[in-house]
Amino acid sequence: MQHTTTIKAGGSEKDYWKDLWKNKQLLIILSKRDISVRYKQTLLGVAWSVLRPIMTMTVMVFVFSYVAKLKGDEGIPYPLMVLCGITIWTFFANTFSQISSSILINSNLVSKVYFPRLLMPLSSVAVGFVDFLITLGIFLILTVFFNHPLSWNIIYLPAFLLLAFITSMGFGLFFAVLNVRFRDIGQLIPFIVQVGFYVCPIAYSSRLAQGTWYEKYYNLNPMVGIIDGFKWCLLGDKAYFNPNSVYSTAIISVVILILSLIYFRKKENTFVDHI
Amino acid sequence: MSVITAENISKKYIIDHKHKAGGPTTFRDVVSDLFSRKTSHSDYTEKEEFWALKDVNFTIDQGDRIGIVGHNGAGKSTLLKILSRITEPSTGQITIDGRVASLLEVGTGFHPELTGRENIYLNGAILGMAKREIKESFDAIVDFAGVEKFLDTPVKRYSSGMYVRLGFAIAAHLNPEILIVDEVLAVGDTEFQKKCLGKMRDVSESGRTLLFVSHNLTAIQALCNKSFYFEKGQLIDQGETTHIVTNYLSKVSHKRMERHWDDVNQAPGNDQVRIKSFRLLAEYQDNLMHIDVRTPMNFQFEFWNMEEGANLNLSMHLYTFTGECIFNVGTESQQFGKGLVTGVCEIPGHFLNDGSYVVSMMIVKDTSTVVYNMEEALIFDIEDYRENVTWYGKWPGYIRPKLNFSIRQTEHLVND
Repeated sequence: MQHTTTIKAGGSEKDYWKDLWKNKQLLIILSKRDISVRYKQTLLGVAWSVLRPIMTMTVMVFVFSYVAKLKGDEGIPYPLMVLCGITIWTFFANTFSQISSSILINSNLVSKVYFPRLLMPLSSVAVGFVDFLITLGIFLILTVFFNHPLSWNIIYLPAFLLLAFITSMGFGLFFAVLNVRFRDIGQLIPFIVQVGFYVCPIAYSSRLAQGTWYEKYYNLNPMVGIIDGFKWCLLGDKAYFNPNSVYSTAIISVVILILSLIYFRKKENTFVDHI
Repeated sequence: MSVITAENISKKYIIDHKHKAGGPTTFRDVVSDLFSRKTSHSDYTEKEEFWALKDVNFTIDQGDRIGIVGHNGAGKSTLLKILSRITEPSTGQITIDGRVASLLEVGTGFHPELTGRENIYLNGAILGMAKREIKESFDAIVDFAGVEKFLDTPVKRYSSGMYVRLGFAIAAHLNPEILIVDEVLAVGDTEFQKKCLGKMRDVSESGRTLLFVSHNLTAIQALCNKSFYFEKGQLIDQGETTHIVTNYLSKVSHKRMERHWDDVNQAPGNDQVRIKSFRLLAEYQDNLMHIDVRTPMNFQFEFWNMEEGANLNLSMHLYTFTGECIFNVGTESQQFGKGLVTGVCEIPGHFLNDGSYVVSMMIVKDTSTVVYNMEEALIFDIEDYRENVTWYGKWPGYIRPKLNFSIRQTEHLVND
């Protein structure tokens, strides 16, 4: 029952991961807090999570399909393709921005009580995940509406979701640390998300980049492989997907996550000095 | 058995003279610094090291109740933050045996939108309680805080008193081996403060270890058996609480027993009154040049009245050094012409207990309007003096009057 802690300069806890595991209850409670707070004071509550993706999809379909005359992959209804891209992209974008601001938002906790700081970015993912499930539900309803059959590819869906999570953690943790030190990073995040929306194959198919001079740079973006894979899971084999990209995507995401984790662990004990 | 051992603990902050110390920097500042450094040296950012703690060593035994005293900025809170693992030391090492709970704020992490019930679970988990533990003590917490009726109300609708009570109630039901408490008793009403102190005493009496930072020296004396005295980041004295507190008080109290202004225009006051002087004249005993509990004192207060026919009276407050008011006395109100007015107040010997005291003087018009209030006008110490007593503990109480109090034998038991 004896519990010994050693505190010293330069990050000490050899039991960090054990500590994190012991605090899983706190993780659950913090996640629940974020979810219930999110819907407590809004007039439409949960309805927002339904309305927002539908509205974004409608606007995108109108702009890209009718105005810009973009085409999706053969044999796939364009609105479905857009909604599919939005579903995974919104999950990534929401979790990424929430992770980036998680330390600052919880600064009252950071300055008053100790727990493994990694709990804050982890718990901030919960809201994004709930929203993701809602959007996914809408998507499934719309496949019935467009009479587009689901394929068995869907069983790979959790793998791509996990990759999206790893990527958002990788980028998010890095920005979370920077955000504590430099407050104006917070302003940069919506901009990054906005640029990302156009750089990633959401309103168009990656087929467009095939064989161009920028293709190899384009594929460096881990979200390209993830979004393509996600579309392939939900829309079937007609959606463009290069299975080889999974390896590079996974490697890039995991490397980024590991680097960010090292950076985060190095800085987490001094967050309070900058808040 | 020692539960906390700290060796050479130091904490360094870099103060950036151009920017706010320790506060948030913007990326823009850094970028612009890069350029300004290259272009002009006059704009060079001056960085200075500031040691919030410097080479602090101590051991704390199990069951010790440690009070930590010191001025603001002496490093007390930094030490608590390091012990609670909120920030890490720049050098040194601390070994802690046992589960630590720190209470640096009441209601940490309360979310205003959540109900009292939800916040109990949230706050409990944040403070390190397991769900099972919270469930077990849930009723006790609600009962202690007295919020049964409002359990399902969002805490943003709570009064500040209820909020604090709920926060403390949760913390009070923590079961740590080591409890760290910072200045949380500064909030809440007197009744509740008493309840908190009682609870903390229970904690300490059950053999657990307590570290308590407070400016309320009375509370420290009531709770702690040992104390640490910090000054400028260094642990300069440690030992028995009474000894440390006395030492601390003697250093912080700058005795101020006489003040006077010769020039009316420079004197404190306003269009209606100007202060001329305020003195404490003591009738020292035994040729000693200090005031002790036997010494009669005379307070003389002079001011210029600038308004013909003003109806004035004086009101004097006496406070302990820790800020509790001991009494308030007033003179009769009467009409004064322009010119000098003098008030005299006598405090007899054998009335106040030993300690440090602060006097403030108020000039009141028409028995209702405060014309001028001279706060912390005089500060003085009363030393202890005892005759025929072989007990040397701290004499309790604010006053130490010599009352007619006698004993005699009223019946002899005849034993044959």
